[in-house]
Amino acid sequence: MRFMDFFRKKSTSDIAKDRLKMVLVSDRSAVNPEIMERIKNDIIQVLAKYVEIDQEGLDIKITQVDAEGEDRAKGSTVPALYANIPIKSLKQNN
Amino acid sequence: MAEVIVVTSGKGGVGKTTTTANLGTGLAKLDKKVVLVDTDIGLRNLDVVLGLENRIVYNLVDVVDGNCKITQALIKDKKVDGLYLLPAAQTRDKDAVTPEQMKTLVDELRKDFDYIILDCPAGIEQGFKNAIAAADRALVVTTPEVSAVRDADRIIGLLEANEIKNSRLIVNRLNIDMVKHGNMMTAEDVVEVLSIDLIGVVPYDEKIVVSTNTGTPLAGDDTLVGQSYMNICHRLMGEDVPFLNLEAKKGFFARISDLFKG
Repeated sequence: MRFMDFFRKKSTSDIAKDRLKMVLVSDRSAVNPEIMERIKNDIIQVLAKYVEIDQEGLDIKITQVDAEGEDRAKGSTVPALYANIPIKSLKQNN
Repeated sequence: MAEVIVVTSGKGGVGKTTTTANLGTGLAKLDKKVVLVDTDIGLRNLDVVLGLENRIVYNLVDVVDGNCKITQALIKDKKVDGLYLLPAAQTRDKDAVTPEQMKTLVDELRKDFDYIILDCPAGIEQGFKNAIAAADRALVVTTPEVSAVRDADRIIGLLEANEIKNSRLIVNRLNIDMVKHGNMMTAEDVVEVLSIDLIGVVPYDEKIVVSTNTGTPLAGDDTLVGQSYMNICHRLMGEDVPFLNLEAKKGFFARISDLFKG
C-alpha cells in the first residue's frame, strides 16, 4: 500500500466508473425475455427426446461468470447460460 | 462523395443539437457544403440554436408528404456560407415519417452536399430508428455522468445491431475543475467503460449558453469550446489532429501529494 493511500478516500469519479462498469455488465447481458422463453422451449424439446423433465423446477438464465485464462487475471467476467434442469426419469426406449 | 452522419446520445439534454449546430458551422467554415437535418419531429430546436427560427416556411414532413420541393424547405444559414438547415415539423409526431422515407430524402440530399448531419431525437423509439436508418456513420454524444454514459452504451449496442460502423464518441461538457478534484470521470474513463473510439472532448463552458441565447454557434472562434468543435470537424474529414490539452497545470498541493505517491 502506498503511503498516501492512508489519507486518500476513493474519489467520486472512481465510484462512478465502478458503478457504471457493474451496471453495464447486467445491461449488456440482458436478453429479450421472448428469446429466453424460446431458448428454454427449444432445450426442453431436445431433452424430452431422451429424458423426462420436471418442467416446474426448470431454471434457465443468463448470468455472469468469472472469465478464464488471460482475462481471469484482469478480473473480468463473461456471460454464461446457466441451466438447472431436474430430470424425473431416464427414458429406456432404445 | 457525401457522408451522412447521425448525432445521437440516448439520453436527452447532453448536447446533441448544440453539437450538430457547431459541427455544421465548423465544416461549412472549412468550405464544405453542409445540410443539417432536424429529425426531432414535434420537438424541433436546431432552428433556434442556429438562429434561423424566423425563416422556416416548409419542413421535413412537408417534403416527405410532397407538399413542397426539398429546395423550398432548405434554409440557408445567415452567417456561414455553405450551411443549410432542413427543419423538423413542430406540430406533427415521430410517426409522420418512416425509415424508408427518411432514406429517400437523405439520398436526394446526397447529390448536393458534402456532409448531411442528422440531429437525432433522444430515446430509442421511432425518431431514433428513422434517423439511424439513413446514416452512414454515427457520433455518440455523452457527458461524463453515469446516466448519460449508460444510455450511450445502449445506443452503441443498437448502432452495432443496425450495422452502423465507424461510430465515434464525443465527451461533452467535461468540467476540468471537477476532473482535477476527482469529482468527474475523465474522457479516458468514459472511453474505457464504453470501448468506442473518441473523436473529441468538449469542455464545459458557460459561453455555450450565451451562444444559444443569440443563436450563434461557437465552432471556429478562439474559445476552447470553439476549437474543440473545429478539431472534431478536421477529424471527421480524416485529418489527424492532436487532442487539446484541457488539463491545466497541477496546483501546489497536487504536486506535493504526487511526491508521496512515489
